[in-house]
Amino acid sequence: MNPLLAIEQLGRTIVKGIEEFGYAALLLLESIFWIFAGPFKRQSVKLSAVFSQVMQIGVAAVPIITILSLAVGMMLAIQGIHTLKVFGAEAQVVLGIALSVVREFGPLITGILVAGRTGSALAARIGTMRVSQEVDALRVMGINPVRFLVSPVLIAMLIMLPALTFLSDLAGLLGGALYCVTELGLSFNAYIDACYSVLETGDLIQGLVKSVVFAIIITLVGVTNGFLVTGGAEGVGRSTTRSVVLAISFIVLADMIFTYFMNR
Amino acid sequence: MIQIRDLVTHYGKRKILDGLNLTVYQGEIVVIMGGSGSGKSTLLNHMLGLLTATSGEMELLGVDFTHASNDEKQGLHRHMGVAFQSGALFSSMSVGENIQMPMREHTNLRQSTMDILTQMKLEIVKLGGFENLMPSELSGGMIKRTALARAIALDPELLFFDEPSAGLDPIVAAELDELILRLRKAFHMTMVIVTHELDSAFRIADRIVVLDKGQMVFDGNVEEIKQSTNEMVVALINRKTEEQDDGDTDAFLERLMN
Repeated sequence: MNPLLAIEQLGRTIVKGIEEFGYAALLLLESIFWIFAGPFKRQSVKLSAVFSQVMQIGVAAVPIITILSLAVGMMLAIQGIHTLKVFGAEAQVVLGIALSVVREFGPLITGILVAGRTGSALAARIGTMRVSQEVDALRVMGINPVRFLVSPVLIAMLIMLPALTFLSDLAGLLGGALYCVTELGLSFNAYIDACYSVLETGDLIQGLVKSVVFAIIITLVGVTNGFLVTGGAEGVGRSTTRSVVLAISFIVLADMIFTYFMNR
Repeated sequence: MIQIRDLVTHYGKRKILDGLNLTVYQGEIVVIMGGSGSGKSTLLNHMLGLLTATSGEMELLGVDFTHASNDEKQGLHRHMGVAFQSGALFSSMSVGENIQMPMREHTNLRQSTMDILTQMKLEIVKLGGFENLMPSELSGGMIKRTALARAIALDPELLFFDEPSAGLDPIVAAELDELILRLRKAFHMTMVIVTHELDSAFRIADRIVVLDKGQMVFDGNVEEIKQSTNEMVVALINRKTEEQDDGDTDAFLERLMN
């Protein structure tokens, strides 16, 4: 292929990417604006909408987060014990499990799961509303679409993602406990004591701060892809896929950056 | 009610509306017609406040759109009702909840009051008792009627219709026309209707405006349009197609092969 063409394509992709980033940033600012200024402009964000999103985003995800975090905790225990057997240090596995789950895997697994569930749902819902003129209908009724569609989701995500991350931490530790108790003959209480002695508040805070950042990423990627949909049903499908892939990619990248800076 | 002066608007580099002038007086029913691509939907979207013009002035219900603040424009929505072509009903809400949306946003009525008002609006469009159905369970005619019920939820002074009879069988379309006339008689609403259907237009319009390639080519009542000598208007009225076949088979074959 003509190298000049490739460079031109790269240039166009970068410009488009910057445009989208700007659009997402404006959406974030606007949704925060409506949360605080809404009541003064007779367009307050409805509490019922926030609770409805809390149920959909958070409460409905509890079973799957619990199960998958349990599984991840168990896998960490299995792998950890297998590796540490080389040094005869299986008893130290609790250190590895506790730190990995609370600082890394809890927020990451929760972020990825919620990105898949909610990131796609947001893009699909808003994209479909764009295509069927429902967003226009909102505007002619005097309802600002960002206030109606984005602000409740943002609030709900900022509440629920840290909460789900904490649940994931507990489930992961429990998963590790189940395996360690059976394999190492460790008592459950000893496991808990070991966790307490290893973990510091800072570890938990690290994980929860990451979850707040992930919440913002998932919301923005989902709604931006939803609002920028073109092309009918196929466009909505493309947008939904893109939303999940981008959200997960940004989550992993953000995780890497945060982890680096928080552990210097 | 509505005053548009020298409206010019572009879609990227393409000029869609070119120096359009339109006045709509209180209590009239104005029908906007034109071929596909003449700019009628764009004009409607401008009147609804969904698009910003390149240049020109527009005044709606006394508010100067070109210079008004967002808050002032916001206040107008309470006095406008819109029935979109595909209904644009919120698919996650029932018929009743759809109709109550404007009420929830602009009033502080109690739920019981809103329920009664919803019933009233549904009765007007002959859909009484259907408030618990979801939009996906409705037929085409029912969707249009629900959209109309939602548009009149707050008894607006100005009502807009985008292709109200599109996709409806002739009987249902005629019923919708009757409904529009009754609404005007009962509530003195001013209506702007964009449509292709000649029968509906002749039946309900006080004034017909014809657009062609972004410019107004005709503005008059039903009698006047039937006597117009404008080429484009005559073609529209008589559903005359352009001369397509010039009998040149060689040229046709060449187009096929290439």
